[in-house]
Amino acid sequence: MVSSKRKAFDSEDMDERLGHQIPFNMEDCTSGSDSDYTKYWIDWFLGTKGNEYFCEVDEDYILDRFNLTGLNTEVQYYSQALDLITDNLDENLDEEMRDIVEKSARHLYGLIHARFIITTHGLTKMLEKFKKCDFGRCPRVLCHNHPLLPVALSDVPFSKSVKLFCCRCEDVYNPKSTRHASIDGAYFGCSFPHMLFQVYPQLVPPKSTDRYVPRIFGFKLHDVAKLHRYQDMIREESHARIMAGIEGLPSASIAAASSSTQQGLAKQKASEGNNATESGAMADVN
Amino acid sequence: MDLDLGSDVSGGSETEAMPWIAWFCSLGGHQYFTEVAEEFIEDEFNLTGLNSIVPFYKEALEMILDLEPEEETTKVPDVSIVEASAEQLYGLIHQRFIVTRQGLQQMADKYTAGHFGTCPRNFCQSTNVVPCGRYDLPGVETVKVYCPNCQDIYSPMSSRYHNIDGAYFGTTFAHMLFHIYPELVPKIPNKLYTPTIYGFKISEYSRCGPRMRWLRLKVDPGTLEASGRLIYDQQDSDDEQEDDDDDEEDEEEQT
Repeated sequence: MVSSKRKAFDSEDMDERLGHQIPFNMEDCTSGSDSDYTKYWIDWFLGTKGNEYFCEVDEDYILDRFNLTGLNTEVQYYSQALDLITDNLDENLDEEMRDIVEKSARHLYGLIHARFIITTHGLTKMLEKFKKCDFGRCPRVLCHNHPLLPVALSDVPFSKSVKLFCCRCEDVYNPKSTRHASIDGAYFGCSFPHMLFQVYPQLVPPKSTDRYVPRIFGFKLHDVAKLHRYQDMIREESHARIMAGIEGLPSASIAAASSSTQQGLAKQKASEGNNATESGAMADVN
Repeated sequence: MDLDLGSDVSGGSETEAMPWIAWFCSLGGHQYFTEVAEEFIEDEFNLTGLNSIVPFYKEALEMILDLEPEEETTKVPDVSIVEASAEQLYGLIHQRFIVTRQGLQQMADKYTAGHFGTCPRNFCQSTNVVPCGRYDLPGVETVKVYCPNCQDIYSPMSSRYHNIDGAYFGTTFAHMLFHIYPELVPKIPNKLYTPTIYGFKISEYSRCGPRMRWLRLKVDPGTLEASGRLIYDQQDSDDEQEDDDDDEEDEEEQT
């Protein structure tokens, strides 16, 4: 009744979220094992609810046994699972066995996926997904909805679920949806987002020194202000260290690095100016 | 909890028996609101200045307090406009109420009950958050949540809160709450995320090396001087030194 009259302030944001959710609800894929009517197992897997984070692993990559080294000890019914992924599984398997193989196949696909996405081709595929914001956006207000990337905190299967890395605040967040929160982190690996930025350094956003300043009736809090000054000091120290370190490197890398750090320096100076005026105008409470 | 979106449109007969305030707070997506005490609203002093912000102020106030309109005035074109006004007025009264003693107590209870959700940041270990606005005037920005552990603000996890005005909670409340109830501040060890490739840390000299570690640094304010420097004579300074050494020894990953 009342809420119908509400104005949506960030309608853009809402649209984004809605647009993101529609495919979830429309696709009424069963999560069971009846892949009979789908042509390819991988296509079926990628179309299943909750698997939006995965990209399609090239068949050539899977068929090259060298890429699968060591996975046979990791996955039960390895050869049947591999057959299922490559759509060569014997049709005459009984229902119970098929379920087990299905489970193994999903696990195997995840582990292959973790290896594939840090190859050149895998990185380009994941880059496309990153650009489409398939992994969601950073919940931190001051990151202004920056797209996220999946990351693991452990490469060991069954230890930690997948997390999301924001390259703007360089922190990790939990996925919004519980479906995504139950995906094994090992299917993406610890290295993936950082490898992506090593290969595509132009994607690294300019770092901002913006931060949220808690206030009570407009006044800053003494303890928080003190902590912020400490953080600023550490930031300036590390900045000076990086600048000094870069001078010691060969000239080719200086050109690349200094362009980004100079931006940072200019930003920092601007924000220092702001801080100075703010702290002059506002007295600390407490 | 996420499924009762439909209660927005719950109709007439049962809601009429309920006071407007209780009904409003029970709507889907209004879990962040607490019930403002009627005595607080009835005291005109607490509403100072709101009549110039909220259109149809008098009618809206009557609706909130479930009062019968004194005389039939024909200047209200549509009841839904008054409803919107009533919501805004209630929100702005709510902003003032939750920084009073009683309001803080009610909100502290809601906080401990986990009505406001949890922090999305992984190392905050799902600590409870509180609603928080960035502006005190209505119509500027929607509500955000403040995490007392990382001292940062996030968009609420559920999109049902994405059309609630941040001004209904205000800039002050979240910090006042933890100022008055310091025991509510979670004690979670400060952990920073360290990016690695094949287990090796990324050098800070790399173009895409870590640059934002300062943002999540946390130290006990008691060990800091007013200038932000560590008070040297404690173990902390040694730890800090070690951290710096570690950083310098980082394995360099270069492409």
